[in-house]
Amino acid sequence: MSILVNKDTKVIVQGFTGKEGSFHAEQCMAYGTKIVGGVTPNKGGTTHLGQPVFNTVQEAVSTTGATVSMIFVPPAFVADAVMEAAEAGIELAVIITEGAPVRDMQMAKAHANKFNMKTIGPNCPGIITAEECKIGIMPGMIFKKGNIGLISKSGTLTYEGANQVCNEGFGISTAVGIGGDPIIGLSYKQLLPMFEADPDTHAIVMIGEIGGDLEIQAAAYIKEHITKPVVAFIAGQTAPAGKRMGHAGAIISGGAGTAAEKMAALEAAGVRVVVSPAEIGKAIAEVMAKR
Amino acid sequence: MNIHEYQAKQIFAKYGVPTPRGIIANTPAQAMTNAQELGGSVWVVKAQIHAGGRGLGGGVKLAKSLTEVKELASEILGMTLVTHQTGPEGKLVQKVYIEEGADIADELYLGVVLDRAKEMPVIMASTEGGMAIEDVAHNTPEKIIKVAVDPAIGFQGFHGRELVFGLGITDKAEQGKFIKFAKALYTLYLENDAEMIEINPLVKTGSGDFIALDGKMGFDDSALGRHPDIEDMRDISEEDADEREASRHGLSYIALDGEIGCMVNGAGLAMGTMDTINYMGGTPANFLDVGGSANAQTVAKGFEIILKNPKVKAIFVNIFGGIVRCDRIANGILEATKMINVNVPVIVRLDGTNAPEAAEILKNANIKNIIVATDLGDGAAKAIAAAKGE
Repeated sequence: MSILVNKDTKVIVQGFTGKEGSFHAEQCMAYGTKIVGGVTPNKGGTTHLGQPVFNTVQEAVSTTGATVSMIFVPPAFVADAVMEAAEAGIELAVIITEGAPVRDMQMAKAHANKFNMKTIGPNCPGIITAEECKIGIMPGMIFKKGNIGLISKSGTLTYEGANQVCNEGFGISTAVGIGGDPIIGLSYKQLLPMFEADPDTHAIVMIGEIGGDLEIQAAAYIKEHITKPVVAFIAGQTAPAGKRMGHAGAIISGGAGTAAEKMAALEAAGVRVVVSPAEIGKAIAEVMAKR
Repeated sequence: MNIHEYQAKQIFAKYGVPTPRGIIANTPAQAMTNAQELGGSVWVVKAQIHAGGRGLGGGVKLAKSLTEVKELASEILGMTLVTHQTGPEGKLVQKVYIEEGADIADELYLGVVLDRAKEMPVIMASTEGGMAIEDVAHNTPEKIIKVAVDPAIGFQGFHGRELVFGLGITDKAEQGKFIKFAKALYTLYLENDAEMIEINPLVKTGSGDFIALDGKMGFDDSALGRHPDIEDMRDISEEDADEREASRHGLSYIALDGEIGCMVNGAGLAMGTMDTINYMGGTPANFLDVGGSANAQTVAKGFEIILKNPKVKAIFVNIFGGIVRCDRIANGILEATKMINVNVPVIVRLDGTNAPEAAEILKNANIKNIIVATDLGDGAAKAIAAAKGE
């Protein structure tokens, strides 16, 4: 078991024949992901990486039966791609592209919601169910199969966290990089219940950062509904207020969205909060020993 | 990206949001000419910097004669204005905006920002104009009216009614004027991909008109590509030179106060590295995300920017190699040290794909000031020790 994706998930790639799309689609296929085709307008009918290319998502879905789309189109075309996927009946769109305008994402997400399509990202490493299915750009070999679920706004902290978990002798069920933009798809609050319901996930690592209040919402949810142990790290304790720390959404504005307030809320919800990401692995070992 | 008040008001005017008439000046003489051209007997001389709180800092002054306009302009131009938003170092004033005086009966607040939880723009209004909205939110949150407006339906009548009834505007003519004002502001927020608009204060005049006495706007950097007119408003002198230099090379850099320079791939890990150094008793000198492709050029540029800061006593390179293999990054670091004279200890932690090969490469290179670390905690500890000269 796992959440959202597994070895049977059929995936198409929007922006399949582009440089990034090609490179990462190939890496995903090498990992074992069932990439069943891709979409590049005006290249329909051709074959790429041994898979069919379609002009529209609609054609790709009706021909291949894909349920997930991995999106690599340039930032200005992300909203269009997401909305097309939603209308074509895709169930989950994983948006890797960085730099999509906020207004576009807002419109795209509202449309995705209307069609009950889940989204992950944008500007994220994607989702991986260890040793089964990788949809994104993460280095697959770090993610050994195991019982720890991971949710992170940051790409490299996803790798850091997963690596430490595996070095402690545990492994990953599913890891989801949700991205650090102001508007993102699935967040902690939607993913936590999926991990809670997954019998193969025994504990959860949650990595957040400054800006917004998704971690505070998560804390409230954990307090009421999550019985599995949660280890959390919030990046940006030393970040100056009013500065955007790399990610578009990582900014303390008007004194709100600080690491301190998020850490306090999570601690109050019974989460094991670590001050340094270097302690994620050890904290998982501790909470797993107590289970 | 942020713009100046006078530029925001140019955008306001295009959308029919009323503003006082004004003309920008670079010299005291020009300020006086501007005042003359505007006419009247009262003018406001306003420092143009990208920060709020200018009035309290002495950057906004009232003049009652043309000579006074000139005097105040020469006082304000060239001053280093310190406000709660500039930091203690303040900002140099290079332009003043000369504006006609306004007949102020009441001061309100009106702004538009993204509500991240609701995932749509929210209009914020308050009767407490002229005060920092953060303070109002903290002390009297009930005095802020928030109306989220879904762009899919646009600004409707009820949105306007929620605003005017919330603010206690009872006169029908005034209600109409305020609603028109707010609707125009919402429209210009959307059409220009703004990230934030703030009018503080929004003034009600003695005759019941509403005027944007101030104006602050910030824009979504990701959307600037489709707004060349706004990109043209960029004032480079308002931006940090090192941050700008870094961003031209695809790096994201922010200076901090400490002694340990940080070079990291990924924004989250970069913040996590700063946090770890701080937690273990050291002080980070900067945030620096070298992005996904840490190659010799980007690493060299990173070293160059970090070393501009004389306080830096050691550099911690913390890279989690994913798709980019660590052995290639190690070679990139070695190449970078040949391109840039790095005269402080460099602690290198490379983890991820091909990490053992990378460690081998660094060890064999045998460069005196490169110290190899095994993990994040080890790297931070070694960097702190090196910065102390241990």
